[in-house]
Amino acid sequence: MSIKVENVNYTYAEGTAYEIHALKDINLEIPDGQFIGLIGHTGSGKSTLVQHLNGLVKATSGKIYFNGKNIYGEKYSMKELRSQVGLVFQYPEHQLFEINVLSDVCFGPRNLGCSQEEAEKKAREALRMVGMGEEYEKRSPFELSGGQKRRVAIAGVLAMDPQVLILDEPTAGLDPKGRDEILDQIELLQKERGITVVLVSHSMEDVARYVDRIIVMNHGEVRFDGAPGEVFRHYRELEEIGLAAPQMTYLMQGLKDRGADIDTDVTTIEEAADAVMHWLKSE
Amino acid sequence: MIRAEKLTYDYERLDEEGNVESKKRAVDHVDLHIRPGKFIAILGHNGSGKSTLAKHINAILTPTEGTLWVDGMDTKEEDKLWDIRQDAGMVFQNPDNQIIGTIVEEDVGFGPENLGVPTDEIWRRVEESLDAVGMLKYRHHSPNKLSGGQKQRVAIAGVMAMHPRCIVLDEPTAMLDPVGRKSVIRTAQKLNREEGITIILITHYMEEVVEADHVFVMDEGKVVMQGNPKEIFSQVEALKKLRLDVPQATLLAYELQKRGLPLPDGILSIEELVDELCQLKSKM
Repeated sequence: MSIKVENVNYTYAEGTAYEIHALKDINLEIPDGQFIGLIGHTGSGKSTLVQHLNGLVKATSGKIYFNGKNIYGEKYSMKELRSQVGLVFQYPEHQLFEINVLSDVCFGPRNLGCSQEEAEKKAREALRMVGMGEEYEKRSPFELSGGQKRRVAIAGVLAMDPQVLILDEPTAGLDPKGRDEILDQIELLQKERGITVVLVSHSMEDVARYVDRIIVMNHGEVRFDGAPGEVFRHYRELEEIGLAAPQMTYLMQGLKDRGADIDTDVTTIEEAADAVMHWLKSE
Repeated sequence: MIRAEKLTYDYERLDEEGNVESKKRAVDHVDLHIRPGKFIAILGHNGSGKSTLAKHINAILTPTEGTLWVDGMDTKEEDKLWDIRQDAGMVFQNPDNQIIGTIVEEDVGFGPENLGVPTDEIWRRVEESLDAVGMLKYRHHSPNKLSGGQKQRVAIAGVMAMHPRCIVLDEPTAMLDPVGRKSVIRTAQKLNREEGITIILITHYMEEVVEADHVFVMDEGKVVMQGNPKEIFSQVEALKKLRLDVPQATLLAYELQKRGLPLPDGILSIEELVDELCQLKSKM
């Protein structure tokens, strides 16, 4: 198993008047290759949690194991952890800075000690993975569209060959097509390369469509953890904590309230279409 | 309220000496007429020109060619600038970039204070605006401690306090969680209905558009489709070609039509679709 979080607590500004208990006794296991959706309202602790997973923030108490090793152990290399657990921040395009796309993506592998040649090879591979062709390599990152910039920023993390890819709202502000393109690309990476993906998102529809498992955070605690159908069953509780269910869940509930004998664990358009056809054809 | 005639805007790229190196046309001969009190939505993919168009409405940008009038005032007339900005307020995407006060009520009071409104009147407006967006009980709070949706509502109150006739919201919900998103859209709808303020909403969330009076769709700087939400969202394939989408209920209805169900075009909400499906079932 890839990541294990044990009794992790995190307190901001401990011992001052501004003390905030941001994570409370978190226990999680994330096996290799899973596609996870992490949801929660603003301030629920989800960004703090993902920053623990690549060692950017150190737990106040508790342990985190990556591939069986305690990341807070004395001899543990944080540099190695950060190369293996890649974190793409919100609006990552604000962090592009190099003169051209290729050098920007090379920055990570160069920093990890790769030769220029090796770094370029990894950078090119990463750019292909996010669907950016050779013609963009020498362009300034600042000339690109919003969606393209974001893909370059994601490539910058992929070029370090991470085993785990964490994305904090990778589609905020993108148009619907741009959103689908990025998520399709990430899904492909997860399927083809077997990397673990943690997607932090405010879009219940996106989460329902792509992930195997949903973790719901509220006030620094894990409130729900399960398959999308199971988690969205609790749509009323989700609404109480600033979230919602996908539109399709509401449709199925609406039909059920009108007496339909229909599968209400449905969360995507395709599943909903199947369920509706099945119901209409039944006696 | 707002009228544009052949509105065109070119972004210029300058070289190191400051000479124009290249031009990019962001808005291309747009004609548009928005009546007072309407709720208008503008859709379009990233780079389609919708934000550039919106920035003309409160004269952050002025046209390269053509004209835009706000309440009869030409935005190119510099002496009208403050009147125009008071008349048409703007709310942006990132709630953290537009709040300046250390206390909510000070932030909301900033606009009218800047307009030279007398102190008593400022306080009256602050109270009224915070009440209108449902944030009155947070008046003494620090904006830092608010959620994204609450911050956006404070930003809307700040615009409201200037007594505008029109508010332009440029992707106000892009960074918010579902409940924050809903609270901002409901606030905009309420100001439109109860105060008669013209709302121009730019968004990538199709569900936020279904209750608008009129929708403009932009592509390559031009208005390529317009109509009421039913007319617009009936064109599923055309919208997809423009990198856009339709509400989830519309998408499912479309999928079910393809599978042979006799559903009408232009279903926009979950409730409508539930009704239609129950009717179909009762006829079977």
